[in-house]
Amino acid sequence: MKVLKNLIKDSLVYLTHGRKSYHIWMAFLTFLMLLGMYSYSLQLEQGLSVTGMNDRVSWGLYISNFTFLVGIAAAAVMLVLPAYVLKDFDFKQAVLIGEGLAVAALCMCLAFVIADMGGPARLWHLIPGIGVFNFPNSMLTWDIIVLNGYLFINLSIPLYILIMRYQGKTPNPKIYIPGVMISVFWAVSIHLVTAFLYQGLQARPFWNNALLGPRFLASAFAAGPALIILVLAMIRKFTDFKIDDKTIKKIALVVTVAAQINLIMLISELFKEFYAPTHHSESAYYLFFGLHGKAKLVPWIWTAITMNVVATVILLFHKLRNNFTILYIACILLFIGIWIEKGFGLIVPGFIPGPWGKIAEYFPTMTEIGVTIGIWAMGAFIFSILARTGIAIELKKIKFKDN
Amino acid sequence: MNKEIKKWFSLNLGNKKQSNYGCSESKCDKHRLEKKEDGISQVFDVNMNRRQAFKKITAGLMIGAGAVNSSCSVVSGEENKEKSQIEWEEYFKGNYKLMSDEEKDKTVNRLVRSYELRNGKKLNISSKGPEEDVLFGYAFNISKCQGYMDCVNACVEENNQDRASQMQYIRIHEMNDGKGLNFGEADDSFYHEVPAAGHFYMGTQCFHCDNPPCVEVCPVQATWKEKDGIVVIDYDWCIGCRYCMAACPYDGRRFNWSTPQIPEQEVNKNQHYLGNRLRKKGVMEKCTFCIQRSREGNNPACVDACPTGSRIFGNLLDPKSEIRWVLANKKVFRLKEDLGTEPKFWYFMD
Repeated sequence: MKVLKNLIKDSLVYLTHGRKSYHIWMAFLTFLMLLGMYSYSLQLEQGLSVTGMNDRVSWGLYISNFTFLVGIAAAAVMLVLPAYVLKDFDFKQAVLIGEGLAVAALCMCLAFVIADMGGPARLWHLIPGIGVFNFPNSMLTWDIIVLNGYLFINLSIPLYILIMRYQGKTPNPKIYIPGVMISVFWAVSIHLVTAFLYQGLQARPFWNNALLGPRFLASAFAAGPALIILVLAMIRKFTDFKIDDKTIKKIALVVTVAAQINLIMLISELFKEFYAPTHHSESAYYLFFGLHGKAKLVPWIWTAITMNVVATVILLFHKLRNNFTILYIACILLFIGIWIEKGFGLIVPGFIPGPWGKIAEYFPTMTEIGVTIGIWAMGAFIFSILARTGIAIELKKIKFKDN
Repeated sequence: MNKEIKKWFSLNLGNKKQSNYGCSESKCDKHRLEKKEDGISQVFDVNMNRRQAFKKITAGLMIGAGAVNSSCSVVSGEENKEKSQIEWEEYFKGNYKLMSDEEKDKTVNRLVRSYELRNGKKLNISSKGPEEDVLFGYAFNISKCQGYMDCVNACVEENNQDRASQMQYIRIHEMNDGKGLNFGEADDSFYHEVPAAGHFYMGTQCFHCDNPPCVEVCPVQATWKEKDGIVVIDYDWCIGCRYCMAACPYDGRRFNWSTPQIPEQEVNKNQHYLGNRLRKKGVMEKCTFCIQRSREGNNPACVDACPTGSRIFGNLLDPKSEIRWVLANKKVFRLKEDLGTEPKFWYFMD
């Protein structure tokens, strides 16, 4: 207990001191969060009518980001497996960062879900015991369970490791390895369950597709590690934390494989939709070519596809991949490409055309974008705090002093 | 073919399986709120479960806040106190599906009183349950409908739908002659003189499926199928996630994106808890076959309003009902039957 108290005290002191660039970064994030809170207060007061959503397209930017971020959270932890189980020590430094990223991504996921709720004040209806939990019928209840369970696991493992390191002890693998194993399986499950959320709806042929789950995993294992590479690059630049080139190169290999599988699945989907188009291919037509002159998503999806293809091609060549500047560019392209494709490239066309063929387009409003930016800033803020504390402990900048 | 597929006449017939409606003893107990007169004994002598504790702590906070509030206002202190009391009790009430009859009466009384405090008018809110041997069904005659939209207007007025966003449960699709039932090319928001040449009309609304996907997906069981086949929503239990909306293949559900606006004099004061009572922002709503009318033995407003007689409503379990006659003598069909939702809404042509 005392250790925990000291840890919190020490890390608070450490977190509030830093270089000027650090303070500017945190102030910037705080400003964005305030902007998000202001936008959210507008939404709370006036209702979800301040968003671009309506009865025809009833999920939008929030649920898109939620879906994407579940993938990031899942992928971050897939780095854990090689590090702890295969005893591949290159990964070990990446793991702490990965789990921090998972925690930040999960907080953002939950925030996006809450932002999307019509009655956030009534969320207690979901709490088992005092509310009514429609388990196991509703996939949303499964999702709530797996996301919160995953959050708990990803908070407790790094916390245990860091507390031990903080005291200068070696963490006991017998305690954390079972947790690590569970978290790896759990990572797959959170993403598969999230895919099932959409996949299980017979009303939406665009989602009602057996490939959705596997495709979610593939794109997540491309975008997640791509983000980790970028974060590691930043950490290398701004802190004394040592990260080997080898580590980044290995993660780049993971990204490469996943990006290729993702592309193969995309081709398979496109073939099915366009070789012998049925009535159910209309959403795909809307997404890629537009329907009846309505084509708001067309530029977005082609940008995304181009980014994905270019990034995958770059990653394919060892020479290009091993050049870090080019690697970082490829990672940025891949990350943004998948964000578009799996964000509103996936959610919005599910509603277009509607059940009776109505094509009502959706585009987010400024308020909606404000809330979204605020939540992303919150994620970055949480990650900055976690990563900075973690790194400080690893570097023994803060240590437990028994007095 | 598959014998498992249910026919309309076998829906729940002879199948006394308790549907989602009602509750087991223990489940109900959990949601029962005990009210004691004496404040001190209430606080100290009660066996509290978590839920009650949660309720009471907040009620305490509320009374505190209410006290501060009423001490500031001299005139209407008592009323404000009552208002906030009602608000908090309403906030912490349980799911209607699991309420005892006593609890249902209590919440209905609170809603009536709350409206009286705010608008000085008395509402008549019913909590009437389903009758035995009743299963509602609906049939729509495509040949007769001329697209007059009287059903839509009657529905909006009857069910207190938001006037600001022009929410409508019913959609009338204007189809092109010679193209068959082509919804893709139909127009469901036309505004011109009807019947327009070269067109025919067809209405859709909530089909009250016997196997409703919307009910399955709701994370908090805020929507369910009643024993008489009506799919209802507890507006106070809904958290507004809109998963049911994504799950509905028939575009049957509507969401309150803002607080619904209805001029006070236009509010239909004859209400049902699961039907047309006033909604708040951020909750789902939909057609309930006008539960406030159908459970009293009347037709839904759309049926009575239709000038052409295209709409037929009745009890599927009554062999003498008009709907049974239609099902027996017309070539009826349902929409998107391949999805296995078993709608209780049939179409036919003369």
